Amino acid sequence: MDPNAQKQSIVTINQISKRFVKSLDLAGRIAQRFGADIREEIVYAVDKVSLEIQDGEVVGLVGESGCGKSTLGRVVAGVHEPSDGKVLFRGQEIDSLTGQDAQAAALKIQMIFQDPMSSLNPRMRVQDIIGEAPVVHGVVDSKDITNYVEEIMLRVGLDPSYARRYPHQFSGGQRQRIGIARALAVQPDFLVCDESVAALDVSIQAQVLNLFMRLREELNLTYLFISHDLGVVEHLSDRVVIMYLGRVVEIAPTSELFADPNHPYTQALLAEVPRLETRQRKFAPVKGEIPSPIDPPSGCHFHPRCPQASARCREEIPVLREIAQKRFSACHLNS
Amino acid sequence: MSFSDSPTLEVKDLKTYFFTKGGIARAVDGVSFSVGRGKVLGLVGESGSGKTVTGFSILGLVDEPGRVVSGEILYRGENLVSASMGRMRELRGLNISMIFQDPMMTLNPVLRIDTQMIEAIQAHEKISKDDARQRARDVLGQVGIASPDERLRAYPHQFSGGMRQRVAIAIALLNKPDLIVADEPTTALDVTIQGQILYEVQKLCSQTGTALIWITHDLSVVAGLADDICVMYAGRIVEQGSVNSVLDNPRHPYTHGLISSVPSRNRRGVPLAQIPGMAPSLLKLPKGCSFGPRCPQVTADCGIIPNISMLDKGRQLRCHNPLDALVSPKLKD
Amino acid sequence: MTIIENNPELMAEDRNDEENYEGAQTPLRRFLSDFCEARLAVFGFFIILVIALVAIMAPFIAPTDPYNLATVSILDSRLEPGEAMMSGTIAYLGTDGAGRDMVSAMIYGLRISLGVGIGSGIIAMLIGISFGLLSAYAGGKIDSVFMRIVDIQLSFPAILVALVLLVTLGKGVDKTIIALVVVQWAYYARTIRGTALVERRREYIESAVCLGLSKNRIMFRHLLPNCLAPMIVVGTMQIAHAISLEATLSFLGLGMPQTEPSLGRLISNGFEYILSGKYWISVYPGIALLITIVSINLVGDRLRDVLNPRLQK
Repeated sequence: MDPNAQKQSIVTINQISKRFVKSLDLAGRIAQRFGADIREEIVYAVDKVSLEIQDGEVVGLVGESGCGKSTLGRVVAGVHEPSDGKVLFRGQEIDSLTGQDAQAAALKIQMIFQDPMSSLNPRMRVQDIIGEAPVVHGVVDSKDITNYVEEIMLRVGLDPSYARRYPHQFSGGQRQRIGIARALAVQPDFLVCDESVAALDVSIQAQVLNLFMRLREELNLTYLFISHDLGVVEHLSDRVVIMYLGRVVEIAPTSELFADPNHPYTQALLAEVPRLETRQRKFAPVKGEIPSPIDPPSGCHFHPRCPQASARCREEIPVLREIAQKRFSACHLNS
Repeated sequence: MSFSDSPTLEVKDLKTYFFTKGGIARAVDGVSFSVGRGKVLGLVGESGSGKTVTGFSILGLVDEPGRVVSGEILYRGENLVSASMGRMRELRGLNISMIFQDPMMTLNPVLRIDTQMIEAIQAHEKISKDDARQRARDVLGQVGIASPDERLRAYPHQFSGGMRQRVAIAIALLNKPDLIVADEPTTALDVTIQGQILYEVQKLCSQTGTALIWITHDLSVVAGLADDICVMYAGRIVEQGSVNSVLDNPRHPYTHGLISSVPSRNRRGVPLAQIPGMAPSLLKLPKGCSFGPRCPQVTADCGIIPNISMLDKGRQLRCHNPLDALVSPKLKD
Repeated sequence: MTIIENNPELMAEDRNDEENYEGAQTPLRRFLSDFCEARLAVFGFFIILVIALVAIMAPFIAPTDPYNLATVSILDSRLEPGEAMMSGTIAYLGTDGAGRDMVSAMIYGLRISLGVGIGSGIIAMLIGISFGLLSAYAGGKIDSVFMRIVDIQLSFPAILVALVLLVTLGKGVDKTIIALVVVQWAYYARTIRGTALVERRREYIESAVCLGLSKNRIMFRHLLPNCLAPMIVVGTMQIAHAISLEATLSFLGLGMPQTEPSLGRLISNGFEYILSGKYWISVYPGIALLITIVSINLVGDRLRDVLNPRLQK
């Protein structure tokens, strides 16, 4: 990796893997000793993902269920510990920092969640939801907190007189704004948005997306925008990363990806997305089911469903390779 | 294949209200539309628009504190609003089926798939278990489920979300209904799975003449699937017509706003066109046109509820100040 | 106000302001209005209130002091309801075998029943909450070990454990409370662990982790308040259970000494006289006990319905 490039990257994801292991309890282990066909269940949620995100970029992370995008987002945000690999913030390993520095670095990366219903503590007033962390971490003095919360609420488009209300008194779109305010209150540089507009109506979605864009300008934020909605990703992102079953299959600048997708999965995905302009279309779906991350196919994960699969695809895992300036793809067809 | 002209379903001025302690919520407030044989109608709206309650009203599934207050739902000429419970039970599952957003609303988690499907068949027909099982197997194949024999013996929890929804659709198809009401069935599914389901559904309508009402908030899905579209807002249909004419040439400001806020309709990097404000609570609707407070075209006239005006070629509109046919932009290719 | 003008979404939200504010504001007020919809439960609540007041005001409202051995006289024993005692006071519900006025004995007996029931309930709840919450939050091996302890505790019948404890410990209010706490805490621990396990996965907890809040803060400030709802229901039912357990134990002669009888002891004392027609010694304390437990159960049932997350929006 080019050391100069690393200095500019705000977040570097370095060979991150995340496995969820459901181990056997005592009864299970005894049964296994006696020869029963039980194994521990390992979910390979994320499998050796590397990615560099530049300051000020919006990177769209796209995939379907089981692709691991949400898990990856949570590892970057510090909610989950990675099984392997490291996350670097401005060139420094977050794990290797201690005490104050670790705390400060962790606050710089924040997350906006998907579900406006369950992402806010139902028993806390909005004032406290937003104001708790900055006071605890000393970002703001407790005597200034009311004004601080007011400022942030205005910035995200909420009426500050609502600060003493509870989450259930707000609509879905307003709750998402509260979630954004909560993240902004600790003055982050990097936001992981995990399907943050998926649960909203189209017209509210437009409002919240515009808010994201405005905040990016005003506060110089960098986003990792996780979504399954390609239309949203196309509009918002500078670069797009496509994931399938725990692995990255393609990375490209947005316009190039949509104009000329390289990986067969990307091609299938783009072909399937319904577009407003297409009428009376003849749907011609991708065959097969999305495999489960507990028991992924060998070799290239997409080979059972790929119209262009060969024997090599079944045996050998394709490596993510640069196929053009700033374009990467993991497919044997490229070599 | 040409089908007869009389519509499979005709809804006339349907009103379904919920009588809560907070007031009367006029969930469906004077809705009229019709669906012909083999046709697909897209019923589009956001949360609180009344589209789901409309679907439930057709099936007679509206529970206390809600009920159908007035209007007619004519299924092949028969008025479902005045039908007895027994008659509705006969019709449901046999002539009219529903597909829900959550497949677990159809599937019983403690019964095997074959048990549930055979039960659904035998409820309406005197047929042997083996014959019923054969039919179940055929229908599963029709919705694209491989190795149906194995799948029949499984329980719902052994399937993924997409498979479950396909089984739910299969159950809806078992008795070859004339009308299917589908309430956001693919909203929670992945795009590639959604594609598979839309494919199956489309095939069905064109081959068997089943009429389909597809309830959704996703305009793009409706664009590809439906023949006609009804756009709902706060319990009323604000615009309806053929898919091409409504989406290419929206006359109602809400429809126009909705189409404009879809990200793919906007240029990258430029703020999305947005409709300001939020949908009103059904308990406290604004006076006159419900969309008034958010409408860029609002005038003093809008203090009165607009009546339905008929435009040419089956287009209907509820607006005092519709957008000019020439002004609203055509969609790009 | 330029900020409002610049943000069109704010303007439209103001118009919906009254609608938002009309509904009850705090979760507490919503809960109270839901609860009060069931007349029976409100009735039960008032009965409990009355009983509690009676119990607290016992020294002021009881006609005599049934525990004062100096004033209790054997010559007053087994008087019929309405007869006058030696001291002149009328025993409206009669007197028992030792000469205690039934009304006074019942009032003081209720005091013990409620006090022991509620006291042990609260202490058991505190212990159970700490245990269960810690167990759920820590997860892994700690959770397994803790829950095995709970399982072992719960596999013994409550009465058996209490009996054995009281036989060892002796008589007295404090010892009764200890026994009841030992019997009850595990139930609370298990209940709250179940809720905590579910709540722990929710996004608002993930958010708290993301914001760098300490484990303690997350556990007590975020997790705990959201796990309390089922605890209130369990707590109410458990208090009723504790009261009846205490009555059973003192009926069997354990727990409270003979000189300070609780309702259970009064009932057992009166047993020998029932067949000879002196029903009042057993029956009236029995009715008092019944009313207390039923009222608590009515309230507990309603609480369970109101606090059931499935029935909420």
